[in-house]
Amino acid sequence: MDLNFTEEQKAFRAEVRGFLEEKLPQRLSDKVRLGQRLTKEDYEEWHAILNEKGWLAGNWPKEHGGAGWNAVERHIFEEETTAASAPRIVPFGLAMLGPVLQKFGSKEQQQYWLPRILDGSDWWCQGYSEPGAGSDLASVKTTAERDGDHYVVNGQKTWTTLGQYANMIFCLVRTSKEGKPQEGISFLLIDMDDPGITVRPIVLIDGEPEVNEVFFDNVRVPAENLVGEENKGWTYAKYLLTHERTNIAGVGFANAGLANLKRIAKLEQSGGRPLIEDPLFAAKIAEVEIALMAMATTNLRVVSAAAAGQAPGAESSMLKVKGTVIRQEINALTKQAVGPWAMPFVSEALEAGSNEGPVGPDYAMAATPHYLNNRKLSIYGGSNEVQKTIIAKAILEL
Amino acid sequence: MNFQLTEERQMLQDGLRRFLADAVTPEALKADEADGIAPELWSGLSEMGVAGALFTEEQGGFGGRGFDLMTVFEELGRAAAPAPMIEMLLAGGLIAELGNEAQQALIEQAVEGGVQLAFAHGEPASRYDIDRIETRAERSGEGWSLTGRKSVVVNGAQADHVVVSARTSGAPGEREGISLFLMPKGSAGVEIRDYPLSHGGHAAEMVFDGAVLPSDALLGEEGQAHDAIETAQARATAALCADALGAMETARALTGDYLKTRKQFGQPIGKFQALQHRAADMLIEIEQARSAVINLCGHLEAERDTREIHVSATKHLVGKAARLVAEEAIQMHGGIGMTEEYDLGRFARRLSMLDQRFGDATWHLGRFVRLRAA
Repeated sequence: MDLNFTEEQKAFRAEVRGFLEEKLPQRLSDKVRLGQRLTKEDYEEWHAILNEKGWLAGNWPKEHGGAGWNAVERHIFEEETTAASAPRIVPFGLAMLGPVLQKFGSKEQQQYWLPRILDGSDWWCQGYSEPGAGSDLASVKTTAERDGDHYVVNGQKTWTTLGQYANMIFCLVRTSKEGKPQEGISFLLIDMDDPGITVRPIVLIDGEPEVNEVFFDNVRVPAENLVGEENKGWTYAKYLLTHERTNIAGVGFANAGLANLKRIAKLEQSGGRPLIEDPLFAAKIAEVEIALMAMATTNLRVVSAAAAGQAPGAESSMLKVKGTVIRQEINALTKQAVGPWAMPFVSEALEAGSNEGPVGPDYAMAATPHYLNNRKLSIYGGSNEVQKTIIAKAILEL
Repeated sequence: MNFQLTEERQMLQDGLRRFLADAVTPEALKADEADGIAPELWSGLSEMGVAGALFTEEQGGFGGRGFDLMTVFEELGRAAAPAPMIEMLLAGGLIAELGNEAQQALIEQAVEGGVQLAFAHGEPASRYDIDRIETRAERSGEGWSLTGRKSVVVNGAQADHVVVSARTSGAPGEREGISLFLMPKGSAGVEIRDYPLSHGGHAAEMVFDGAVLPSDALLGEEGQAHDAIETAQARATAALCADALGAMETARALTGDYLKTRKQFGQPIGKFQALQHRAADMLIEIEQARSAVINLCGHLEAERDTREIHVSATKHLVGKAARLVAEEAIQMHGGIGMTEEYDLGRFARRLSMLDQRFGDATWHLGRFVRLRAA
């Protein structure tokens, strides 16, 4: 047992920190810190800065243009970027599709699509969930029928995050109704500009159109856009989900959120004293901090095993459950900390440079939208109920 | 012992429930979001004389007791109705208790004519403390001059009359020295910023920069308003908790329906025991909340210490229950529970804002300990 990072890892951390000090635009970190909206251009700007350094795809091997970091290095990068309030890396191309193409895609697909992910030519979104296929993902109904050199796609996807920015979507489609539901699914790459595709935004309870419905009406997709083999898509989908669930614990986000909460609790006054001096509220912060300290080590245990070559299995389900519960508690305490300032909702103030400023202190304006929005954490990427069922089956063998 | 509503209250409940089921339309919600007022809904409530239930007969109403409040506000919460009735209760309660004859005439206008009220009390640094008031009022010629800032004044820009608190003596944190003033809409020297709230309705920041009010604007005795504010806020807390109770009932009903109809893995998700137990927990906590609201409403006319112990006990318990119910209702719905389009969202938002007014669950836990120790 040794809880310390190696000298190389410490040097890497210092290098990342130095890079962020030099290259992370203040304009972007201010937005992230205040919880203001990031535009498509903001994300693209940050991606380009990272790509120039070769750090955009930390999880990709070097042969594909990635940084080739192991799990510990990725973890350090994540910790430093969240602590510095860098924008998150949009995961759909980089964390999700990239690894699938590298493992199951053809040489041609790899050579064409992977560089386009890195240089920002394509913005990908994820076509997994459907109205009738949420937790029960294998019941997808969107069909793709072979017609000569094309597949003809019909159906509907939903909860497509940032689909409004995307020009490409990777989809799970049904190519066969034979056998078990898992056996007739294929993995298809579809151009969002193709005729027959309609995108409809879904406004969430925080007022943001973050997700979309995507409708497919006789959309013709070149057969070469099939990844791997027909009817083997479930295998690829599961592989992608394990990547979606790396860093699922969100330790970096939780640490940044906790630091923000403490800062607010020092600034807010209750009974004429800083809120943080209220022993009951301080105890609430302490409880979540203690849980986070332990969860961070659970995360490092998993990260460390992954760096040693062990594939994360049901452990990532534990991290997802604990990580989301902790982050949601921090969101709830932050809403509590800002008191009555959580009530005003001035949508314009969440836009940087808007004439309409926040009603109260600037640290308060995003507390309620974030609290509401992050209820999604325990729903998406396999709800916490699904994760617990995985734990019960895979670890407890119940 | 009798936990049944009287016949009159039962009729009020039935009528209000029927009216709100039709009146809380998408148009009403949209109007409320844009302007902080849903005119047809408000005039409908006025025609029914609902505000009369908040006041005693001698004040110009037909109710005014704790269980009248519970009846009205549970229904408003059940429909998540956008109507500034808490403000009517707060400001109206102060006018009814402290006002002279001319001022009290406002109550009748409010009950019968739909006049809107607001109470401008909270300030940027006051948080949940009634006595942490910095805004000052000084005698100026024949009247009063007010200087300071009032924060998150619900319905502040929409109200026809605003009750404003200000110090005529003493320092922030002292009970003595707080006075109340009755200010008509459009008074000079007040800068108002109107904005929407997360859960519907509007509030305002009101900056008083030497605003001048006539001498007869003083409401009640100079410097002696603290106890009346505490009483009015106790009643408003009961109302807010009853509102949350109604909203929790709807969130639970929506969740129950969803568990029965949504199918995954070949069966309704309500057949999964993991979800059954959690739905059962929601019900148990809502019944706890109902009893807590009954406790408070039954003690609103008790002597101060008893009443305030119930204020803190109820606000703490209902605050916790509201968070549980809102979060679990969203979780058991999954993605659809996160959408604006589905009805649950506005109930969840309403419940999520319960903690931000009149003290959150943690704050009231601490206050309960201190009150019990006293």
